[in-house]
Amino acid sequence: MENIRNQTKIFFLRILNIPFAFLMQAIDLIMWPIQKIIGVRNMPYIFLLPNLIFFGLFVIIPLGANFFFSLSSGDELLFAERELPTTKQYDQLFDCESYLNPNTCTEDFFWRGVYNTIFFVVFQVGLMIFFSVLTAVILNKKIIGRGFFRSVFFFPVLLSPVVVGLIWQWILLKNGAFNAIIESYGGDKVSFLTDPSWAMASVIFVSIWAHMGFYTLIVLAGLQAIPPNLYEAAEMDGTSRERIFFRITLPLLMPNLLVVFILASIKGVQTFDEIYVLTGGGPGTSTSLIVQYIFTTGFASSGSVQNFGLAAAASMVLGVVLLFLTLMQLYFSRNKESKHQEI
Amino acid sequence: MSETTSRIIKIATKKRYKNKYHWTDYFSYFYLFLGVLLMFGPVVWLGLSSLKTLAGIQEYPPTILPLSQIQVDVEGYDKPLPIFNVTQEDGSVKQLAQIKRIGINAKMVDPLNPGETVKVPIDKREKIREFKIQWQNYVDPLRKYDFLLYFKNSTFITVVATIITLIINSMAAYALSIYEFRGKNFALVFVIGTLLIPLTIILVPVFYVVANFGMINSLWGVILPGAATPTGVFLLRQYMLTLPRELIEAARMDHASEWAIYWRVVLPLSIPAIAVLAIFSIMWRWNDFLWPLIVLSKSEVYTLQIGLNAFHGELTSQWNYVLSMTMVTLLPIAIIFAYLQKFITTGIASTGMK
Repeated sequence: MENIRNQTKIFFLRILNIPFAFLMQAIDLIMWPIQKIIGVRNMPYIFLLPNLIFFGLFVIIPLGANFFFSLSSGDELLFAERELPTTKQYDQLFDCESYLNPNTCTEDFFWRGVYNTIFFVVFQVGLMIFFSVLTAVILNKKIIGRGFFRSVFFFPVLLSPVVVGLIWQWILLKNGAFNAIIESYGGDKVSFLTDPSWAMASVIFVSIWAHMGFYTLIVLAGLQAIPPNLYEAAEMDGTSRERIFFRITLPLLMPNLLVVFILASIKGVQTFDEIYVLTGGGPGTSTSLIVQYIFTTGFASSGSVQNFGLAAAASMVLGVVLLFLTLMQLYFSRNKESKHQEI
Repeated sequence: MSETTSRIIKIATKKRYKNKYHWTDYFSYFYLFLGVLLMFGPVVWLGLSSLKTLAGIQEYPPTILPLSQIQVDVEGYDKPLPIFNVTQEDGSVKQLAQIKRIGINAKMVDPLNPGETVKVPIDKREKIREFKIQWQNYVDPLRKYDFLLYFKNSTFITVVATIITLIINSMAAYALSIYEFRGKNFALVFVIGTLLIPLTIILVPVFYVVANFGMINSLWGVILPGAATPTGVFLLRQYMLTLPRELIEAARMDHASEWAIYWRVVLPLSIPAIAVLAIFSIMWRWNDFLWPLIVLSKSEVYTLQIGLNAFHGELTSQWNYVLSMTMVTLLPIAIIFAYLQKFITTGIASTGMK
């Protein structure tokens, strides 16, 4: 039975393979003469070409163009119709009486975004790592139904931001399930998404809910890399579990956590989708982050004119922050690898 | 004598450290139980509620199962009226239909005798429910609105983009793993460099490039910018580096062209890594939101995600349709996960990407 099933599977795979093989054979008709002309030595360039064209068109050229956009002014998207050079965008972006008070800035929306992003990232990343480690440590124990629990915690990672946003918007409604639970325990209804003092907390909660599983998985991989003989030795000595956690698990997990921390920060700074669906940055500007500012200034068609230059300048500021975080990540992950080699 | 015996018994029956229940064990199960409720609850709740009538969804406090109130047509009233069990003053129970609720009283009518209305205090009545699954929630949006089209667009983007991603990334990975050539290190650094530049910081200029190609409001404008992924190149390269070189040498001896070596020898051997990349690519593309939101502004090219968001924005009160279409949007990914969960989780744990 098993055999027949396998054979039918192979049969269908073969059929699926026919158009693919046909295509590849056709490409070979072009590649073969090329190889004859340029020789085997130069073939890798041909293989690299498509990827490099894509990277060039959609990453490298845009990166250069971003400088151009941020340093030119005008409402047009075409290069020829923009005024050059000008630092107008940056002047406008950084025109503040006091940087600590967004109300004194010309672009108060941008500075609110900056402060909201800082607040969001500090709490989202901090709490998420705490819960990821807690969950990973528990999932690493010998518990019943470990595989089931593991997939339950991971499941939300696969949901799209729109789905996450809509599910929670609906659950957190004033007459939603969450408030029903709170009321049944004698609490008062809370407008989670429309009350400015609650909106940020709700957004952070939803964001943690959606992304925690991913980091849990990475921490879990880190936990499983800790040599088990260390635990056996500690157990023989009768070390208490609390002490084992703080003296063995946590220190050995530290390099892993550092990478997780930076990875989560990089993602956190760029958060946009779920919040856009959940609150749209509101109420007011209480949950609008930097990417929301870039999106609204550059692309949101309603209201004022699209200002590509200002959006590009704001992207440059975000880019500097991300570059700093990424270099830190590269530095620490290199450190981690060299330490592993030493062991 | 007895002292030694008791000591021996004590040693023999002493529970090993491992078998003792520690407070952390109780805490673990409590935490996991809570976690299942919090992580899985919302999705189950979504699934159940998507089968309720609009009135059932808006009911507060909500019921868990799709139990909707029975409604009847009463002569002289345009809309069907909900019926209640009303406890009469003499203790008997009578079925009445509610016309209107006024403060703590409800204006009700007997369906069998529609001429006469009565006032009933609201705490004297109780809703009559029946188990009713509202399949209309799923059928209507697909028929009345363009969700079938959105579904098609999403599928097209996901399939085509994944195929392009797999082909061009595996080609680059092949070049960077099998060959030694001048500029190889430069190419590697170039690919690593693109890792440092996420889409969010080059939104405006990528939009400019896409506009120059005339791909605004075209599905290709969504597919092409993300087709070459540095993570994909690295994942495949790491795997191809482990393939035995003798195979390639042997193929070359047989006068296979380099392209033939690529697709007949290296690609089939790299299936495990390609499968991981394929699953990731499907996930990225199906769930993608920010870039399609910027490029697609006409409803005939909307993806499921954009369509769902726009639909929700237009009809905030139609939660029954929003919930059912949310279910349709998450279902394909949920099915893939159910089949390949072990594969996906090990893939993420070993590559550290999402």
